[in-house]
Amino acid sequence: MNLARVIGSVVASRKDEALSGISLLIVQPLRPDRSPNGKPLVALDSVGAGPGEEVFYVRGREAAFPFLPQEPPADACIVGIVDSWYVEAS
Amino acid sequence: MILGRVVGTVVATRKDERLTGCKLLLVRTIDPQGKDEAGYSVAVDTVDAGPNERVLVVTGSSARMASGLKDCPVDAAIVGVVDSVDITG
Repeated sequence: MNLARVIGSVVASRKDEALSGISLLIVQPLRPDRSPNGKPLVALDSVGAGPGEEVFYVRGREAAFPFLPQEPPADACIVGIVDSWYVEAS
Repeated sequence: MILGRVVGTVVATRKDERLTGCKLLLVRTIDPQGKDEAGYSVAVDTVDAGPNERVLVVTGSSARMASGLKDCPVDAAIVGVVDSVDITG
């Protein structure tokens, strides 16, 4: 799983039926120091995250698991909203 | 998932038989602002997308979960046509 910040949303009315009712958010992956880590991507939202929130998301087939027994075609899904994180000084 | 723009079609007569009837489109990766990024991919279209439309592309093994692609040898599928993108942060 990766840390990310929600930076936007996507609206698509014509889409795979299994995606209906699921919100699509744009997330920017983050490093622990909150700097951007790579390019933004589109993720499903299973926890009700909102713009600006820091979240963690899962990649791969597991992205569909929060919606079982439905299996939406997704390769990224937000599975948690982060309250805080702490990095040990090395 | 990534955002892309349909830039062309791919025609292939000799292909895996499970791909018969699949519409193959050439998709250019774009960023949320709509700017072209490096990289193209061939994706199976499951939502009847058209030329120049912005689309949602699911990649990897998850692409097989798109409608009609069970057990197909694909790693990219178009699963949505984008109406709008809203950048807030």
